[in-house]
Amino acid sequence: MSDFDFSVITANWHFLAEGLRYTLQVTVTAMIGGIIIGTLLALMRLSSIKPLQWFAAGYVNFFRSVPLVQVILAVFLILPLLLQFLTGKMIPIGAENSAYFTFTIFEAAYYSEIMRSGIQSVPRGQIGAGYALGFTYGQTMRLVVLPQAFRNMLPVLLTQTIVLFQDVSLVYAIGATDFFGAADKITQRDLRPVEMYTTVAVVYFVICFALSRLVKRLQARIAIIR
Amino acid sequence: MNYHWDWQFFFQEADDGLKYYEWVIAGLGWTTAVSLASLAVALLLGSVLGVMRTTPTRWLVAIGDTYVDLFRNIPLIVQLFLWFFVVPELVPDKIGIWMKQDLPYIVTAVVGLGLYTAARIAEQVKSGINALPRGQRFAGLALGFTEWQTYRYVRLPMAYRIVLPALTSESMNIFKNSAVTYAVGILELYFQYKQIIEKTSQVLEITIVVTMAYFMLAFVMNRMLAFVEKRTRVPGLISGTGGK
Amino acid sequence: MRKSLTALALSLSIAGLAAPAQAQAQLTGTLQKIKETGSITVGHRESSVPFSYLDADQKPVGYAMDLCAKVVDAVKSELKMPNLQVKYQAVTSQNRIPLMQNGTIDLECGSTTNSVARQQQVGFSVHYFITSVRMAVRKDSGIKDIGDLNGKPVATTTGTTSDALIKQNERGKHIDVKNIYGKDHADSFLMVESGRAAAFVMDDILLAGLIANSKNPSDFAIVGPSLRDEPYGVMVRKDDAPFKAVVDKTLIGLMKSGEAEKLYTKWFMNPIPPRNVNLNFPMSPALKAAFASPSDKGVE
Repeated sequence: MSDFDFSVITANWHFLAEGLRYTLQVTVTAMIGGIIIGTLLALMRLSSIKPLQWFAAGYVNFFRSVPLVQVILAVFLILPLLLQFLTGKMIPIGAENSAYFTFTIFEAAYYSEIMRSGIQSVPRGQIGAGYALGFTYGQTMRLVVLPQAFRNMLPVLLTQTIVLFQDVSLVYAIGATDFFGAADKITQRDLRPVEMYTTVAVVYFVICFALSRLVKRLQARIAIIR
Repeated sequence: MNYHWDWQFFFQEADDGLKYYEWVIAGLGWTTAVSLASLAVALLLGSVLGVMRTTPTRWLVAIGDTYVDLFRNIPLIVQLFLWFFVVPELVPDKIGIWMKQDLPYIVTAVVGLGLYTAARIAEQVKSGINALPRGQRFAGLALGFTEWQTYRYVRLPMAYRIVLPALTSESMNIFKNSAVTYAVGILELYFQYKQIIEKTSQVLEITIVVTMAYFMLAFVMNRMLAFVEKRTRVPGLISGTGGK
Repeated sequence: MRKSLTALALSLSIAGLAAPAQAQAQLTGTLQKIKETGSITVGHRESSVPFSYLDADQKPVGYAMDLCAKVVDAVKSELKMPNLQVKYQAVTSQNRIPLMQNGTIDLECGSTTNSVARQQQVGFSVHYFITSVRMAVRKDSGIKDIGDLNGKPVATTTGTTSDALIKQNERGKHIDVKNIYGKDHADSFLMVESGRAAAFVMDDILLAGLIANSKNPSDFAIVGPSLRDEPYGVMVRKDDAPFKAVVDKTLIGLMKSGEAEKLYTKWFMNPIPPRNVNLNFPMSPALKAAFASPSDKGVE
């Protein structure tokens, strides 16, 4: 490759940065939303009420069996139909907003499995202890179990978030402009695939590598309390 | 909702003379082919890398670690694009032209997906081996085994059984991840999904059918590995739940 | 992002103020939707040069975009909504029809062939361009006609009508080609440029646009007879006569006043962004006829 042209990157740096920002926004939104919904699903799965268990198990198994890229496209095309059915009006959503929603509900399934093993890592006796103190179920979970579960699982939750950060690249399938989508759009216009895709790979690597090293350090510091 | 349900279209003829349900079946075939071939590559390479990372030889560990870091920290779709668009431009012209014109696309896809998944398998294999008591290696060495023989006869047979549940979920992941290979021209299930949406716009019907097809693939893979897990269970160990 | 949020908030408040003041019960379909949401969403392409593509700032521009801007102006005055918010949504050949049907876009301004088959799913305005399907090849390949393609890899963009064409042609002329699918036109062209495909079968004007924008335009040629002529129309929702009437009235007006021809000259006969290349693609007799007597009849 004799003519690696860096000007393609410098000339479009702003657009790429905008894309990276969108990738981060989706990641953070889906992380927060996903952990909240995921925790609720985990509590349902571990509750003694059968229908709740079934619902949570069905939800998790559903999203863990279908390809993310298919869910991204299906939601983008079907959600407006559904909203139209419910409200009777056409509500345009757009690729960018659709992705926020898709990633939140999709990642919830994965976070839920992590939170479930987190909750199970807290010794049973503590729940009894919570009740003995006169706490309700909600209080026991909120004040005793969940904080420990969350702390124990923090490295795993963060590792999943790094995976999520990478997976946002799949919004390419619906033409949203994330970091990879931005690079792809420039490639489509300037016909410079080598420069763009190499740059994208390097940037992803640097970010994800640094983050996974940080998680590793964290993991060493957080020993699971037993 | 002014959606016009129509299940009949699956039996209508598309532009190429095939019927739409045949597109779905063709896609299913490619998905299975790409996934199984990639799984073979990933298991082989992942095992080698996983073993390398547990050896006492430093440079082997370094190679294994670097590989895993590299392939785990770049999104799959970007890796596939690197293999498809970038690598042929970096190699000598002759090889590049051969890669672009004569090399079937499925090879590129299998290399991309296989190498990506190998990094994950290497992690599992490594943790399986590290989960064994150190004494097993020493016992093997004391019996006069070489380092390699301790892997072959003592450690790997145990390690694989320990990590089988994790390998099961990686094997199911590979079927889902194979959907991304549509981006490098593989006419697999997701590609056909997009195609059929464009041609017929019957979004709901085709989404239901394709989702069920992916379910089925995941289920079959899961049952097959659960069977393997059951057959290879080590007596006396509390092993997996039979693949959930 | 912040800018667009402010714009959104602004448009929402405007819509909120405007709606009760002049509720028009007789509005239906897309016009009603535009009225209620206070916004119109224009679907555009990313690499359909010079109809609808991204310029240096990644903004959608082009001949079809200019025509649609006039349509949007007409909608504004029709609904008496001067502050109507205009949103843009990138579409591909695979998703443009579902996105029109599900209400994500209201107007598609790109390079969409008006065919009878598509009319079962969406509506089309009068035609603003007539294209011929031909193929782009590398000059050094020696390919002159569709017969030379036998046994060669040929690129086409998924979901486009030339995909169907090439398949029909394969059968008719007993030519066996290896189909390669690009995600978008630029992707398919990249296949030819990088040597992956021997030819790219597509609307000639799109090929001309891609060649003009390539690194070495002189390496490529458009060859072969026209496989067929295809008219482009602005895509609207099916059975939405009032909205289609606004679109058609605007376009016909532009054609009659000569303004459409001016826009044609601007995009086809002059340097265009992002690299100031000139396509030098004069108006065809077929297009002149289409401007003289506007039609929305699709091809078979």
